[in-house]
Amino acid sequence: MPPDRARALEHMVLQDCGSCHGLTLKGGLGRPLTRDALAHTDPDGLALIILDGIPGTAMPPWRTLLTEDEALWIASYLKSKD
Amino acid sequence: MRPLILSLLLLAAPAFAQTATGDLGLVIERATGSLVLIDRSDRAAVGRIEGLGDLSHATMTYSPDERFAYVFGRDGGLTKVDLLTQTIAARTVQAGNSIGGAISDDGRLVAVSNYEPGGVKVFDAETLALVADIPMAGKTIGLVDVPGRRFAWAVWDTGEVFLGDFSGAKPVVTMIGKAGKNPFDAVLTDDAHTFLVGLFGEKGVTAFDLWSPDTAPQKFLTDYGKTGEDMPVYKMPHLQSWAFTEGQYALPAVGRHEILWVDRETQTRTATTPVHGQPVFIIAQPASPYVWVNFATPLNDVVQVVDSRSHEVVATLTPGKAILHMEFAPRGAEVWISSRDDNKVVIYDTKTREKVGEIAAESPSGIFFTARAHQTGL
Repeated sequence: MPPDRARALEHMVLQDCGSCHGLTLKGGLGRPLTRDALAHTDPDGLALIILDGIPGTAMPPWRTLLTEDEALWIASYLKSKD
Repeated sequence: MRPLILSLLLLAAPAFAQTATGDLGLVIERATGSLVLIDRSDRAAVGRIEGLGDLSHATMTYSPDERFAYVFGRDGGLTKVDLLTQTIAARTVQAGNSIGGAISDDGRLVAVSNYEPGGVKVFDAETLALVADIPMAGKTIGLVDVPGRRFAWAVWDTGEVFLGDFSGAKPVVTMIGKAGKNPFDAVLTDDAHTFLVGLFGEKGVTAFDLWSPDTAPQKFLTDYGKTGEDMPVYKMPHLQSWAFTEGQYALPAVGRHEILWVDRETQTRTATTPVHGQPVFIIAQPASPYVWVNFATPLNDVVQVVDSRSHEVVATLTPGKAILHMEFAPRGAEVWISSRDDNKVVIYDTKTREKVGEIAAESPSGIFFTARAHQTGL
């Protein structure tokens, strides 16, 4: 991931995902996305949730705003973040 | 000698003794857990208060004397801030995760709406001592103050709506009906008559008559956007400053780039205004026919102004990147707009719709003027 894009994605995770999941990702309307909370989630599955959302919940599909590589980058970022 | 004595007395007095709070306000700096104290008349930042925890999605309310702010943080922190001394007067971390709160009409009680564990907690406004703990079966949303030392709220998970009366020795909490699937926010009309609960899990808005709480709730707007696919909602709309204007409610369509206009008497839709994106806040410019709208990411660099008579967009402004909130001067002369990603609050004259100033702030979100102290339902 180019550094500029990585910075933009990190910003997006904290600020925009943070609207529902909390700025510290400890949860809100959406579930917690801390490393512990995602310990048993596989990155590909997480990327799919980011891309396609979860129908019937408030989690929207982000596919029009993110590439598959970017979704996978976010999934790995969340799983490795302190 | 008299002038000299007088000036010595002034020097001896605490610095804040001469500060009036009527034109002050606070801006939430969501990423740094701090607040900027602003002076509306001077269009200036006059201080910063730090140490408030996770302020993403934070909101606040004011004491009746406009001296204290009660700040509700995402991390369950409830902080009482003294505007005169610019310090934290009291703070409690009262839950794991909270979403908002309100102060009772008499200014004695502060209620907090919690996600985790779900429920409502009520505190003494003076000391922040716990007065009542009301567990709920899910995340509580849309908490408002209702006259008579009462609060109303809804539960995201169950759709239930509650009215809590805290005027007696023991709280009396009554379930007054079900709004529908996944209520996302609620708002009280300015006359405290109707508690409107917006639904996310199904189409519609449900109205509860708080003047006659035994009356069956009325669901309306159940069929908007029947034609065409709904769009993703990248940010949940807010209803707290929902616009009531020209005998109408101006409501955000959920999953549509539209404002829906509903006749306040008949609760029927009168018009639809196509707008720039998914509306987040639709706020009436006081003492005017206009409402101002901001939008969900990624279309959040724009603010639009809509005329409530013609339902037409009359202005499209680009104040900055990631516009999160708008707050009007109480009589409508100016609007202060937070641009999170440009790290500034931009001030517009509402008559010319020209920018007249700006203030630096770190990732600003909500802007709250002290005049809110005197508004029901905030």
